[in-house]
Amino acid sequence: MENILEVNDLKVSFNTFAGEVQAVRGVNFHVKKGETLAIVGESGSGKSVTTQSIMRLIPMPPGEIKGGEILFEGTDLAQKSDKQMEKVRGKDIAMIFQDPMTSLNPTMKIGRQIMESMIKHRKIAKTDAKKRAIELLDLVGIPKPEQRVDQYPHEFSGGMRQRAMIAVALASDPKLLIADEPTTALDVTIQAQILELLKDIQKKTNTSIIFITHDLGVVANVADRVAVMYGGKIVETGSVDEVFYNPQHPYTWGLLASMPSLDAEEGELQAIPGSPPDLTNPPKGDAFAARNSYAMKVDFEMEPPMFKVSDTHYAATWLLHEDAPKVEPPAVVQKRIEHFKEKAGER
Amino acid sequence: MLKYIGKRLLYMVLTLWVIVTVTFFLMRAAPGSPFSGEKELPPAIQANLEAYYGLDKSLFMQYVDYLISVVKWDFGPSLKYKGQSVNDLISEGFPVSFALGMEAIFLALALGVLLGAVAALRHNKWQDYTAMIIAVLGISVPSFIMASGLQYVLAIKWSVLPVARWESFAHTILPALALASTPMAFIARLTRSSMLEVIGNDYIKTAKSKGLNSTEITVRHTIRNAMMPVVSYMGPLISAILTGSFVIEKIFGIPGLGMHFVTSITNRDYSVIMGVTVFFSVLLLVSILLVDIAYSLIDPRIKLADKKGE
Repeated sequence: MENILEVNDLKVSFNTFAGEVQAVRGVNFHVKKGETLAIVGESGSGKSVTTQSIMRLIPMPPGEIKGGEILFEGTDLAQKSDKQMEKVRGKDIAMIFQDPMTSLNPTMKIGRQIMESMIKHRKIAKTDAKKRAIELLDLVGIPKPEQRVDQYPHEFSGGMRQRAMIAVALASDPKLLIADEPTTALDVTIQAQILELLKDIQKKTNTSIIFITHDLGVVANVADRVAVMYGGKIVETGSVDEVFYNPQHPYTWGLLASMPSLDAEEGELQAIPGSPPDLTNPPKGDAFAARNSYAMKVDFEMEPPMFKVSDTHYAATWLLHEDAPKVEPPAVVQKRIEHFKEKAGER
Repeated sequence: MLKYIGKRLLYMVLTLWVIVTVTFFLMRAAPGSPFSGEKELPPAIQANLEAYYGLDKSLFMQYVDYLISVVKWDFGPSLKYKGQSVNDLISEGFPVSFALGMEAIFLALALGVLLGAVAALRHNKWQDYTAMIIAVLGISVPSFIMASGLQYVLAIKWSVLPVARWESFAHTILPALALASTPMAFIARLTRSSMLEVIGNDYIKTAKSKGLNSTEITVRHTIRNAMMPVVSYMGPLISAILTGSFVIEKIFGIPGLGMHFVTSITNRDYSVIMGVTVFFSVLLLVSILLVDIAYSLIDPRIKLADKKGE
């Protein structure tokens, strides 16, 4: 399958009074046609900055793309002017934001908000656009779309607003959909519905999706592949099965161990100790070393390269070096993996 | 909606009654009378005059009489301008003040929103600083200095516009500009701060992610959401400007309503004081009602309907 998006060595910085914050420090990933890539990481790991850079939505200044390429269907978005980007945004790449309560304009009818990008990019008549808006509202599972199309956001519930937001994003049949924590602001039952909806839409329209989340439970549900980000870099990437059943990076272990689970035996919630690195002054070696109980001397001195685990699975940790001691993931993580496998078996 | 407006009208009548009552008794509490002057009038003439204008009745009876005439929208004869009724004074002065005021409001709104929007869109750039310097000048320079300055430069030095009087459209430009300068500056600052707040909102990012250009984003998404503070300022502004500014009308020799506000008080011209106060109050109450209706048109989240009815 061909790559619809290829990000090579992307570097994004913010120039602040405190100095240059290197929010994204050389990120590589790709997205294939029709697949879902999940980018996982804690707050401040650079996942949102990475995806907003793809759409060039970060404010510049203070933001700045320091280097690298963003190849969308072969053309480099990093080199495009703002005017040229207007033709890509909404038409080829669309975005769903985290908080549906604030990402819709409160004084504009839902229908008009959906129609806007259609009229702009597809140049279709208003009446046709409205028909299509009603179809889209129907597609995202909003009942009585003919009436809803003329309502304002405050007449929608949170979950309904996120559905409407998805309809806005789908308006011009984008080839790539970026969902930036689309379920974080919603309660759990609505979360599950929205995830189902996204999967459903992908099946129908064959759109590629980049799904940003800090919730590994969500990843297992929707993604084909996973990229784990930490300190502005991707530290592990692989298929969902590879990352869940055979995690290599100690940070991934930490994430897996800290997943809250109803049926886990251990009573305590495991947290990763310490706090994320200061990206105005990024650490020299592995950014995670300071919080890593498995860190070796080399971790503090040299940045680990991406070690190959399989053709699709890579991780940036010195533990994979041939000279490194053999380390097993902690017992909690091993238990979790067993648990995932059992659950997968049941399915 | 109709029910709401009906209810509001009822409240307006109540408010008006309070205003009439308070003004009536406050005015009478002030010492002096319309017939007191440097030369004492002979007591017989004084008594005759008072009888003619009904001032010899008890204060309470006068109040009742006045209430009845207000209901009939008849403010009685002026005590100082012989042979003219207060209704005449208002119907002569108000159209002039209205024309001048509308022009000033239009100028203030158009220029103010434009200036504020430019400042917000070019935040912390030279356009922002320039706009805000203009705004600070507009707020801090009193209108009579602005008026004299405009007269001096545009009428006397360059002689492009007439200095004063109220004759043609050209005569209206300078007073309208002078009258508009302060509200314009105020609107510019309100628009700027409110737009900066709106620009930071998530839905503006959504609009950008749809591929809209900055003009489309500003016109469709930013301005409307940023207009609320400006609209609330418009209520009192409209009635204040429409009833005329005393100073501006004096400087430009305009026969508007503003003059009567001030002179009637020093004249103790009871009926004129009451008349213009009631007239001003009605204007204020109506413009506040209009502002509230405008709110609900701009922001669909604001419902005019009675809460209990829902």
